[in-house]
Amino acid sequence: MSRSLVDTASIPGWGSDADPGNDPTYPMRRIDDQSSRGMDWDRPAPQTPTVEVLRSIEHRRLPAVTGTATPPSGISGALRRLAFRRSESDWWHWLLLMGADRINVVEGVVEDLGRGRVPNIPAEMGIRAEWRHNRKGLATKLGIAAAGALAGYLLVRGSRDGDRSADAAGHAGHDRPGSAAIGADIHPAMRPS
Amino acid sequence: MLAMNYRGPYRVRVDEKPMPVILHPEDAIVRVTRSCICGSDLHLYHGMVPDTRIGSTFGHEFCGIVEQVGPAVRDLKPGDHVLVPFNIACGKCHFCQQGLFGNCHESNAQATAVGGIFGYSHTAGGYDGGQAQYVRVPYADVGPMVIPDWMDPDDAVLLTDVVPTGYQAAEMGGIQRGDTVVVFGAGPVGLMAARSAWLFGAGRVIVIDHLDYRLEFARTFGPAEVYNFGEIDDMAVFLKKQTDGLGADVCIDAVGGDAAGSALHTLFGAKLKLEAGSAIALHWAINSVKKGGVVSIVGVYGPTGNMVPMGNVVNKGITIRANQASVRRLLPRLIEHIRAGHIDPKAMITHRVPLADIADAYHLFSAKLDGCIKPVLLPHGA
Repeated sequence: MSRSLVDTASIPGWGSDADPGNDPTYPMRRIDDQSSRGMDWDRPAPQTPTVEVLRSIEHRRLPAVTGTATPPSGISGALRRLAFRRSESDWWHWLLLMGADRINVVEGVVEDLGRGRVPNIPAEMGIRAEWRHNRKGLATKLGIAAAGALAGYLLVRGSRDGDRSADAAGHAGHDRPGSAAIGADIHPAMRPS
Repeated sequence: MLAMNYRGPYRVRVDEKPMPVILHPEDAIVRVTRSCICGSDLHLYHGMVPDTRIGSTFGHEFCGIVEQVGPAVRDLKPGDHVLVPFNIACGKCHFCQQGLFGNCHESNAQATAVGGIFGYSHTAGGYDGGQAQYVRVPYADVGPMVIPDWMDPDDAVLLTDVVPTGYQAAEMGGIQRGDTVVVFGAGPVGLMAARSAWLFGAGRVIVIDHLDYRLEFARTFGPAEVYNFGEIDDMAVFLKKQTDGLGADVCIDAVGGDAAGSALHTLFGAKLKLEAGSAIALHWAINSVKKGGVVSIVGVYGPTGNMVPMGNVVNKGITIRANQASVRRLLPRLIEHIRAGHIDPKAMITHRVPLADIADAYHLFSAKLDGCIKPVLLPHGA
């Protein structure tokens, strides 16, 4: 017998809802008072649609009440419409919606900028709480971000330097076999000066 | 009015939004007085729930004052202080008739698997939620309940989700007197599941998490035996040792798709999204419960699929029971328990935050900073 470290006599209400009938096979649902098992209940009045509402194809009809928040729009909206051609049981339905969600993030930034608002992303991510309660963690994250940015900068710079060296080598070596042929394929306007 | 505005994973802010209006004869408009951030809001915040659209307002745990009612609303009137269950339920359909208010068939156009939920993505119906100054509440005569005069509003707001979800987790466990119950997750739902397990006659309650401050809270709030999984090499072996080699009678998954504890599940579920969230808590529950035992799931997962040991479910003869809580069904009993002093939900509230500071509140809760267990938003101030 497994032993408890807690004395059940000290628990107010202990055992007050014990129900021997609620064993694992006891059904949660009550089916004894149903006259029908079909979709023929006394429906609520239907809400008049005011925005585009996407409907699961597993629904035979639009539910009586629907949410009207953020109707589909833009590229993400087009993807969502595509997703709703497939059932909830189809993986593509959800993958398309997840893809639409990610595109929607970019659309949100564009929308902000279009309204003349530059989103304060650190504030939206709760940097103030991080500053108040986790300065060490914040410093670590900023350090990692700075190191990443520096590494990226050095990588790009190194790559440009490499290009310049290659260009210089290309100019210097134009009479080497192959180099003239490569240069000849490039439109004059696209050639490096 | 001011309302929370989702801008992408880990990004939220407060913006001016249009006031909600009556769109259906059974609607009410509620002026929100308290609104919580739920652990399951973090699944949205982390970008794990499909069809979470930019511009959405989250919030499915709230209470407030009725401002306006539609022509078909009979039981509520302006001025009533109501708690609003997170389920949007018609009360008439095949499922509502069975008391399955979390599975209403007349409130979610976008999916059939779940009923409408306030502020919980378009997968749960596309309704704006209660992390706002005002909110539209459909089927106002079915879900909302007038808060009794004697009840603390802090208890009332927790009756909209956390308390019934934790209680139903224990109820679905089919707990018999003397049973050993293991609860995975010491968040607010796990805490309530642990507390509720005693009400059903559990003989022993164990809570597993990796955050020491939450485990310390669970030790007294449950009260429960607590263990940090970060210090446990193999969960199934550990729990079997704790239970005379057979396993627990009932295991409760009160974590869902944000679970830590497995690099594999974190990579596939939380990072790459190839699973519907990290299912390590469920994995542990299945492998730690005794043969013939019950696994009760209230943790939220996405709608696709997860890697869990189904072979063991079959071989061990495990019963899995799961659902969104049917809040309206459970409210009368839970109100009795609060009145009798059997449960004290408001003890879980650790932070009160003005709506304007919602970005900080989300980060605080998500990153588990400052000992945060349950943050409550005050849309109109204290």
